[in-house]
Amino acid sequence: MLGYALRRIAGIVPVLLILITVSFFVIRLAPGGPFAAGRALSGRAREELERVYGLDRPLSVQYGHYLLALAHGDLGPSYSMRDDTVAGLIGAGLPVSATLGAAALVLAVLSGVPLGVRAALRRGGALDRFLAAFAALTLALPSFVTGPLLALAFGLWLRWLPVAGWQPDTPRDLILPAVTLALPLSASIARLMRASLLEVLNASYIRTARARGLGRARVLWHHALRPALVPVVSYLGPAATYLVTGSLVVETVFQLPGTGRYLVEGAIDRDYTLVMGMVLVYGTLTLLANLAADLLHAWLDPRVRHEPL
Amino acid sequence: MRGSTRAFDMSRSEWRRGRSLCAAAAVIAALVLLALLGPEASPYSYSALDWRHLSLPPGLTAAHWLGTDSLGRDLYVRTLYGLRVSLTIGVLSSAVSLLIGIAWGALAGWVGGRLDAWMMRVVDVLYSLPYLFIVLVLAALFGRGNVTVLLLAIGAVGWLTLARVVRAQTLSLKRREFIEAARATGLSAPQVLWRHVLPNLAGTIAVYATLLVPQMIIYESFLSFLGLGVEPPRASLGSLINSGARQMLTAPWLLLVPATVLVVLLLSFNILGDGLRDVLDPTR
Repeated sequence: MLGYALRRIAGIVPVLLILITVSFFVIRLAPGGPFAAGRALSGRAREELERVYGLDRPLSVQYGHYLLALAHGDLGPSYSMRDDTVAGLIGAGLPVSATLGAAALVLAVLSGVPLGVRAALRRGGALDRFLAAFAALTLALPSFVTGPLLALAFGLWLRWLPVAGWQPDTPRDLILPAVTLALPLSASIARLMRASLLEVLNASYIRTARARGLGRARVLWHHALRPALVPVVSYLGPAATYLVTGSLVVETVFQLPGTGRYLVEGAIDRDYTLVMGMVLVYGTLTLLANLAADLLHAWLDPRVRHEPL
Repeated sequence: MRGSTRAFDMSRSEWRRGRSLCAAAAVIAALVLLALLGPEASPYSYSALDWRHLSLPPGLTAAHWLGTDSLGRDLYVRTLYGLRVSLTIGVLSSAVSLLIGIAWGALAGWVGGRLDAWMMRVVDVLYSLPYLFIVLVLAALFGRGNVTVLLLAIGAVGWLTLARVVRAQTLSLKRREFIEAARATGLSAPQVLWRHVLPNLAGTIAVYATLLVPQMIIYESFLSFLGLGVEPPRASLGSLINSGARQMLTAPWLLLVPATVLVVLLLSFNILGDGLRDVLDPTR
């Protein structure tokens, strides 16, 4: 298990390096620059700024400097918000985004798993049919539609919850964004859980356990649930990728001060270091989440870790 | 195995599924027709302003039955126009995805060995990255309002799953006798792929194409929602939903109408795709 984990962790490093390299050069291929024309700067000021930030040097030198700074944990200064460093900006927004993502994930798992189990146990029942409709609907509702609709219904018409915004330490602000983000995830998890539990319950060892005289509840808790959770756990990797992109939309819809806005704004402003920082932070996050899902998978299902890579 | 041997003995659930499949196909056909003909049949243009009727709610006048936006543009025409743009971009970028996915999967599956391992490793890595994130950056960097870049950027997202499926199918087809027979007659590898392997993948590809279109429409709307897609006065369903969401306090219909159309469209495509998959691919 440890060897498997170490091999997988080592596999992340080259992927990150390629990601950094590709985005470093691709960003600089785009027309314009952080201090290009149209940004109300005189020619002298622009040259001065480019000199200060080292943008007048050859690309290979800039790349080397960036990697060197990165090795020291320095993401560099932001070009568009000149009082801030990239690490400072992302560090300020990340708690908001992380809280949102974590809340949505917890909500989705806590609602999706029981819903799926229940639907599988009462196959064809009311809840099962509800799940089918719920899944079809949420998968056809992207979060930039659900978000405004929920805000319209619960914020403007019913006035139960705030429409948008974020004050520290007010969990009420988090409810609508987290629900918006969690809905499709919850439906996917419930569907996966239902399908895999149905498959497990048909397995011969479950019949054996029942034949030995064990009760339904005991068989479910002690024999069926763990293997049935395997597909759900391996889905958590793609789920993390979904959460990362989904939180971007949800933060925009509900005007949350997370990190999402830095990606689009940074790219439009040609704030090279800010975009690089975002790609790096979120790339690492999703790679680690996928890794964590795989490790959990290997822990639940021993066959996985002995597979040659 | 089903117990019955009579070919036309459909169970109730099969019958119901067939009915919903036809309904979904009919809804899609109706929406496509409306998108094509609706804006032309209306006296208004999608960008025409009507200063006497600003922010008109639906149902008040016969002239603008779905109401107008804050600039007095007819919402019915704008929604259908947005539907046309979204559908076009969805279908074209699906085609881009299909091309990349089929080529990538067929090549990897056909050649096999180290090339296959390497190509599939690339797919795995791309799967684990927040790919849409990168496409967002690309769209913001190169193509604000540039529809060609938008198409390519969105099309570049959707090919991963298809590449995996096509590869797996190619791998299994490769070992079948009729393919060996075709090779024995002296056909070159591209000819065998084109004439004998790809036609056998047609069903699978059709299913994935149907499931891909709604995905691409979501991505396009998503980019347009963030202000990176089509630019005003032109519209797509995403940009309409975006501007509707900004005014939902005063004019909720500007959000509700395009959102409803988008949801109905996506739902129909999903039902059609899932239904086709059940019909054409009984193993799933």
